Amino acid sequence: MKKVFSIYRYNPDVDAKPYMKDYTLELEDGSDIMVLDALILLKEQDPTLSFRRSCREGVCGSDGVNMNGKNGLACITPLSHLQGEKIVLRPLPGLPVIRDLIIDMSQFYTQYEKIKPYLINDGKEQPAREHLQSIEERDKLDGLYECILCACCSTACPSFWWNPDKFIGPSGLLHAYRFLIDSRDTATDERLSELDDAFSVFRCHGIMNCVSVCPKGLNPTKAIGHIKSMLLNRAV
Amino acid sequence: MVNNAATLGRSGVHDFIIIRVAGINLALYAIFLLGFFLTNDVNYLSWKSLFSNLGMQVFTIITLLSLLAHVWIGMWQVLTDYVKPVGLRFILQLALNAAAFSYVIAGLVILWRV
Repeated sequence: MKKVFSIYRYNPDVDAKPYMKDYTLELEDGSDIMVLDALILLKEQDPTLSFRRSCREGVCGSDGVNMNGKNGLACITPLSHLQGEKIVLRPLPGLPVIRDLIIDMSQFYTQYEKIKPYLINDGKEQPAREHLQSIEERDKLDGLYECILCACCSTACPSFWWNPDKFIGPSGLLHAYRFLIDSRDTATDERLSELDDAFSVFRCHGIMNCVSVCPKGLNPTKAIGHIKSMLLNRAV
Repeated sequence: MVNNAATLGRSGVHDFIIIRVAGINLALYAIFLLGFFLTNDVNYLSWKSLFSNLGMQVFTIITLLSLLAHVWIGMWQVLTDYVKPVGLRFILQLALNAAAFSYVIAGLVILWRV
């Protein structure tokens, strides 16, 4: 069984501009492998082919790529899920390309940094031993803490494409809500004040590409809706 | 926190509330006019009598102001997405806001004459 791949290639030291290069992979009939495994086999054919990978099981979030037009993790996407004669692989859209499928994620991390992704506690009500949460309080973090920062969602979001320097993006906002709703965090008001401008949260228009591509099945649009409700409740 | 003075509201949430309230008002006005067209024999007299009503005049002025607010915030959002050169964006925003302002003024003058 032959599989044909069309892969985005760009090495800024050598190439004047990016181009698509075709590769063919011979696989056993009836077999199915992940896109990352296919990329590793293709790298044996062409050692110059560059991509990020680490855990190869959808936990580290290193190998986010655009496969047949949809963002996802190469390590947990089987070839059988990708239709068409050719499988087209491109880097995640919207961020600068360093080389081939590797993007510069600085803008993504800058936005993540803005939301202060750590617990802030003023220490006024210090527990005797540790900050305990009830089962209900802990339940609120489900669907939020699982984000692995692969950037599949933010780089699928048109609002992030147009304003990556001002709009926090779905991933950052999912994390922002994770700390806003945490019972141990006391900086809710300060966090909301930081988000209350026309870009940081409100540039989300509910397009929901983030929900469609998230490899962990999370729902950033819902979290953003909750943040908007919190801002509204505070303002009205 | 991103500061921006070119939009109408004082903050993101202020913009959010204004654009939605204005949008709801525009929708109500459109539904009302559609209802009027469907349930009345529309001619010069019925049209004039509709707009002679003080309530309708106030509703119309509020709707024109809603249009201005909706255009101001909405077009600012669209332009900051798609038009990156600041000079060009400034000119476009000025032109669109001036047009929306003209609608309000023209509407007020027309209502004054009814």
